[in-house]
Amino acid sequence: MIPLSWYLAVAAVLFVMGFYGVLARRNAIAILMGIELMLNSVNINLLAFWRYVHPTDVAGLVFAIIVITVAAAEAAVGLALFIALYRLRDTVNIDEVDLLKG
Amino acid sequence: MNATLFLIPALPFTAFVLIVLFTNQNKKVSAGLTIGTTAVSWLLGWYFAFRAFFSPHEIASEPIRLTIPWFAGGYSVFYTGFQVDVLTAAMLFMVPFLCLLIFIYSVGYMEGDPRFSRFFAYLALFATGMLGFVMADNMLLAFIFWELMGVCSYLLIGFWSYRKPGETHIDHAQVIRARNASLKAFITTRVGDTVMLAGMVLLYAMTGSLRWSEVLSHETLHMLSEKIANVPFFGLTPWATVLAILIFWGAIGKSAQFPLHVWLPDAMEGPTPVSALIHAATMVSAGVYLIIRTFPLFHAVMEGHNGALLFVAFIGTFTAFFAATIGVAQFDIKRVLAYSTISQLGYMFAALGIGAYIAAAFHLIMHAFFKALLFLSSGSVIHAMHHGHHVAHAHGHGDHEEEDHFNPNDMRNMGGLLKKMPVTGWTFIAGGLSLSGFPLITSGFWSKDEILSDAWHGGHMVVFWTLALAAFLTAFYTWRQIFMTFFGEPRTEAAKHAHESPKSMTVPLTILAIFAIAAGWSGIPESFPGLGALVHGWFQSFMGAQAHAIGLEVEHLPFDARPLLISVVLVLSGMTAAWLLYGRRSNVTEHGYVDPLEPALGGLWVAMHNKWWVDEFYQGTVIAFAKWFSHFAYAFDDKWVIDPIVDGVGRFGRWLAVSVRRFIDEQIIDRLVNATAWVSNVVGEWARQIQTGQAQNYLLAILLTVGVLLVLGLGW
Amino acid sequence: MVLQGVFIIVSLFTLLSALMVVTHRNLFISALFLVSTFFGVAALYVLLEAEFLAVAQVLVYIGAIATLIIFAIMLSRGMMQGRTSPYNAQAMWAGIGSVVLGLLLLYVVAFQVDWPVTDAKVPADTISNLGAALVGHYVIPFEVASVLLLAALIGAVMIAREKEY
Repeated sequence: MIPLSWYLAVAAVLFVMGFYGVLARRNAIAILMGIELMLNSVNINLLAFWRYVHPTDVAGLVFAIIVITVAAAEAAVGLALFIALYRLRDTVNIDEVDLLKG
Repeated sequence: MNATLFLIPALPFTAFVLIVLFTNQNKKVSAGLTIGTTAVSWLLGWYFAFRAFFSPHEIASEPIRLTIPWFAGGYSVFYTGFQVDVLTAAMLFMVPFLCLLIFIYSVGYMEGDPRFSRFFAYLALFATGMLGFVMADNMLLAFIFWELMGVCSYLLIGFWSYRKPGETHIDHAQVIRARNASLKAFITTRVGDTVMLAGMVLLYAMTGSLRWSEVLSHETLHMLSEKIANVPFFGLTPWATVLAILIFWGAIGKSAQFPLHVWLPDAMEGPTPVSALIHAATMVSAGVYLIIRTFPLFHAVMEGHNGALLFVAFIGTFTAFFAATIGVAQFDIKRVLAYSTISQLGYMFAALGIGAYIAAAFHLIMHAFFKALLFLSSGSVIHAMHHGHHVAHAHGHGDHEEEDHFNPNDMRNMGGLLKKMPVTGWTFIAGGLSLSGFPLITSGFWSKDEILSDAWHGGHMVVFWTLALAAFLTAFYTWRQIFMTFFGEPRTEAAKHAHESPKSMTVPLTILAIFAIAAGWSGIPESFPGLGALVHGWFQSFMGAQAHAIGLEVEHLPFDARPLLISVVLVLSGMTAAWLLYGRRSNVTEHGYVDPLEPALGGLWVAMHNKWWVDEFYQGTVIAFAKWFSHFAYAFDDKWVIDPIVDGVGRFGRWLAVSVRRFIDEQIIDRLVNATAWVSNVVGEWARQIQTGQAQNYLLAILLTVGVLLVLGLGW
Repeated sequence: MVLQGVFIIVSLFTLLSALMVVTHRNLFISALFLVSTFFGVAALYVLLEAEFLAVAQVLVYIGAIATLIIFAIMLSRGMMQGRTSPYNAQAMWAGIGSVVLGLLLLYVVAFQVDWPVTDAKVPADTISNLGAALVGHYVIPFEVASVLLLAALIGAVMIAREKEY
């Protein structure tokens, strides 16, 4: 049996890497990819807990499915935004989008 | 009954108040109020007077009193009130009666005047003043009424200085004259009043009281004549003399004696009833009353050192003669009578000065009657001349030069009026006889003669001869006036068209004429041969009771024919001279009317006609000085003192403001504010760097926060 | 024992792929590594006995999302040459922070919590249960999710379309 904490550890590391990608990359799509990584780690967490705490209840599975759905929708919208941004600003580097700079 | 004393002055006062507040619009009611209340005061006055007539000695020693406490000052209470003693009783006989007759006369005289009701209001107020004055039992109350009369005199003399728009019976020149005259009267009497007030204050300081009974008591008078004051220029004088002279100045002002006589002729600008009432009968005699009342004060110092009485005698005698000379050369009918009044008042003061207490009081009462009569009938004449003038020009008679500058008072425009106005004429003649002292039948004779014989007997020969000469002049100018006005031929169209005045005017004239003739009979001295037994010198003993009560010895003089004869001769020759110069000749030449004295006396006549240039002298000295001084005071006060102070304050204020601005505003406040702004600027510049606009930075911050929270949550 | 070994291999594969995703200079390569990460995650799902989810993961994530990402990368070709640094200015701090956070999380996971683990088995009819639940008990989230997808679709079209000026 694989202990629950291993799964959680993997999820944690994956999450942190995804977060690092969001924070440190300049390209908007790279950031999007980091977000996807974080979502995946969340899903791992969810399913790990489902499996080890309430395997009979499908709620965990349903939750994870909904997460995937939402991730898909969000990726679509995000990429649309990316295209609009590229058209408008002629750049995809996020650190050049600083209109809110005070 | 004694409590009704206060009604005598109070009733006319209520008439005044009611007219002013309520009935101003209604002429009939206003006149009715004044006359009605005065009639009641007259009846009450005669009640008290007759009570005194029948028991003079009791009244003299114990006057009828009405006393009330007025105000409390410190430890003492100042009482005030009214009293009726013998002297007041005599005044109460004359004053309200004359007031009533003159008020009735005014109804006819002032008919048609737009400010009729107001006139009657002022008359009522004046009646209050005079009645209150003669009845006051202390000098303070008397002074208040004295001043009230002064105010009424001002208002009434200046009655025609107010002209409602659209009025045609007063022209602008008259307005100016009336205004100047009223001011002159008030200010000139004010000069006398101020000195009198000083005397009053000093009297109170010396004696602690102002009530006649206390101030004129033997002990007080003795004290005052003993105490010596050091008066600058005059040396050591008894206080009694000082106070007496100071108080006498009030009488000089009010009774128009030299040198303060200048206001009375000008006061003729007022309507004739005013001249009759105030400037002949009552107000001017208030001065005489005052001196009679305070006579003990004058008399207090022993003979030989009596400067006060000497001063009074001098002023009186001089004025009597001085005014008579001026009266001879005047053409205005009222001006002649005005100077005559001044002269007769001089007689009264001369009498007092030589100690003829009773004679002065006698002449006061008699003069009031016949002088009022003379003024009223002269008013009737003026009234008739005015109407005659309008009638003449309505009919187109006469030349138009006359129309613009016609003076109805000018005797040169009159003549032959006896035929046109018989009642007026004969009453005027009756008054004239009395004034000139026509022997035996007129009251003027008895009173004037009493003064002359007292002077003769007292050995005051200067006084006697001066007064006798003045009597000659009096007769002369009186009959000059009568001949010019009533005899001969009418000299103008106006005189031709004159007619008699209405009954409201002629009836009082008739009544007064009776008094002018007969009243004097009450004073026929006992020692007079034949007639003396008629009344046994009733007036003398009546007034003698008062004299006795105040400690004056009255000699009963034996009859001496010499002063009598001298005065009769002078009076008759005066009348004859007037007839010769004015009654027998027409005096009208191609240059108009020429007074025969003018070419005869030359420069002397010019001096008399110009009133000896006293007015001009005052104008050049006193008035000029007053003007200069007021300019100086203005300059000193405003330009040299007040303005620099005010400017200085202003400058200081500005300097202060500028300094505050420089040192506090600019240095401190501004710096503080700027510093605050700079701080916020700097902080802002630094803080804005947090806003990079890059979301990733914000996310990093979130990361760090979460980490911190985790750590905290873990309990480290 | 075997299971644990498999687990370790799969998780290492996944984590290494993820690392390459976030660090590679070339964006396209990053996208490909993303795909491999998704595969690894799917494998983990299988290990967790959530087979349906593993398949759904592959279909949706790799088939749709990763494809979409690669399309977007293609559309912005000029940007993916990788000549400039892929990192921004705060990369170092981000890295340190991430590492710290990661260590903290690992610590928490490993030592702090007593997980309420059960020994229950996954029922055999989980999938049919799942299907029934999706249209039964959880119909509302299901429908809302579809509405969400519709909205995302429309939204994406709206945002990305050419504006006629």
